[in-house]
Amino acid sequence: MNFPKGKLITIMGLSGCGKTTLMRLIGGALKPVKGYIKVDGQITNDLSQDDLYAMRRKMGMLFQFGALFTDMSVYDNVAFQMREHTDLPEELIHDLVLMKLNAVGLRGTHNLMPSELSGGMARRVALARTVALDPMLIMYDEPFAGLDPISLTVVGDLVRRLNDALGATSIIVTHDVQESLKIVDYVYFMANGVIVAEGTPDEIRASEKDFVHQFVHGEMDGPVPFHYPGGGYRQDLNLQAV
Amino acid sequence: MPAAKAIRGIGHSTINAVWRIGVATRFFFLTLMYSGSSFRRFHLIIKELFSTGVMSLIIIIVAGMFVGMVLGLQGYETLKRYGSESALGVMVALGLVRELGPVVAALLFASRAGSAMTAEIGLMKATEQISAMEMMAVHPIARIVAPRFWAGIISMPLLAAMFSAVGVFGGYFVGVVQIGVDEGSFWSQMQAAVDFQHDILNGVIKSFVFGTAVTVIALFEGYDAPPTAEGVSGATTRTVVTSSLAILMLDFILTAMMFGGS
Repeated sequence: MNFPKGKLITIMGLSGCGKTTLMRLIGGALKPVKGYIKVDGQITNDLSQDDLYAMRRKMGMLFQFGALFTDMSVYDNVAFQMREHTDLPEELIHDLVLMKLNAVGLRGTHNLMPSELSGGMARRVALARTVALDPMLIMYDEPFAGLDPISLTVVGDLVRRLNDALGATSIIVTHDVQESLKIVDYVYFMANGVIVAEGTPDEIRASEKDFVHQFVHGEMDGPVPFHYPGGGYRQDLNLQAV
Repeated sequence: MPAAKAIRGIGHSTINAVWRIGVATRFFFLTLMYSGSSFRRFHLIIKELFSTGVMSLIIIIVAGMFVGMVLGLQGYETLKRYGSESALGVMVALGLVRELGPVVAALLFASRAGSAMTAEIGLMKATEQISAMEMMAVHPIARIVAPRFWAGIISMPLLAAMFSAVGVFGGYFVGVVQIGVDEGSFWSQMQAAVDFQHDILNGVIKSFVFGTAVTVIALFEGYDAPPTAEGVSGATTRTVVTSSLAILMLDFILTAMMFGGS
């Protein structure tokens, strides 16, 4: 897999196919048994903890449900990395935090606690926190899960605009085919830990591959079975063969 | 074979227990290793001192008062048989400073602050806050665990001292005010018999050891909790049970070392 600079790439696939594991590998939370992960010229699985942490300062990750720190206000959440990793004066941090929140349309929430935000708002605050230090690589784990249609469009649009504004590389792990195909540059399809298809959104929409066609159009019939493998139905119900 | 299955089960549980002790020990040393950075963020320790120490004060004061009052009543009934009611102050003070203060305060601390620490860290793990912190290049042990560890260690001896002080007033209230033991002998005998090094300092050492044990158990259980509702609730229960047993076991060992045979 290759994620060129400045591009917005999505990884799609069924639950359990290894998408989130791939993100954890890129972030250095897991080490690969085989192969290697190279980010900005450095092989992450060979890095010491200090070097890995230095690398992570150039990365941002948006978790599925935001993972905002619940004991901190919205403001403190966004300011967190600035306070931890920089010596910026508090006045400058104040301005930067409000600018980041303004970029996601939530400047007015800076005094609120995460528990006072809706799911979509929490995701947007988490997005502001993710880009707080202008990372070169942004990873999104299911950024569209559980959002209403308006929040979904807003978050999708923000992901695209922030990527372009920062000149960053973004990787989105998602099941949301329609929303992600609207905003991304390239798509990888994964199944059982391997790439089964790839291409631009137009190529994916026009794909004749059974798996891609079933996934993109959300069809019940196809190579992905409805039933989880198990014993015979009659046998499970203790029915005699007639 | 049921017997083979049982033996396999015992072996599996033993290996798991030894494994967990090893992981907990590593966790303890990592916490000490990252403590330097938590002292650079001293405001975090102050914040945790408030939630573990200050917020435990009410339960410590109320419990200390009742324990002191019971000691006053029971002590008077026993001492009266030997005509030594005037030694009530000594009995109440030694009982509290040496034993009941550190032990009961630690048991209350484990159920009030320890369980809260486990639940909080377990939920932070379940909601991916700890993973998010790691991805932001901030070590969770330095930022989350170490400040709570030091707050627990600092607050436990202070809470035990508060428990003992309030307990002495509880004993005074029942013994002197209610029953009518002589006030002068209550205080003067206490002052003469309670030794700073032998009694008070040993009590402080006990509460320091209990504070360390309870805090490490609570933090480890939270950090190691499976990220599910059931996992967090199980970890919280284990914190209270393990801490309570550890306090009582350590109390026996420390008492034998400090006062055994003297």
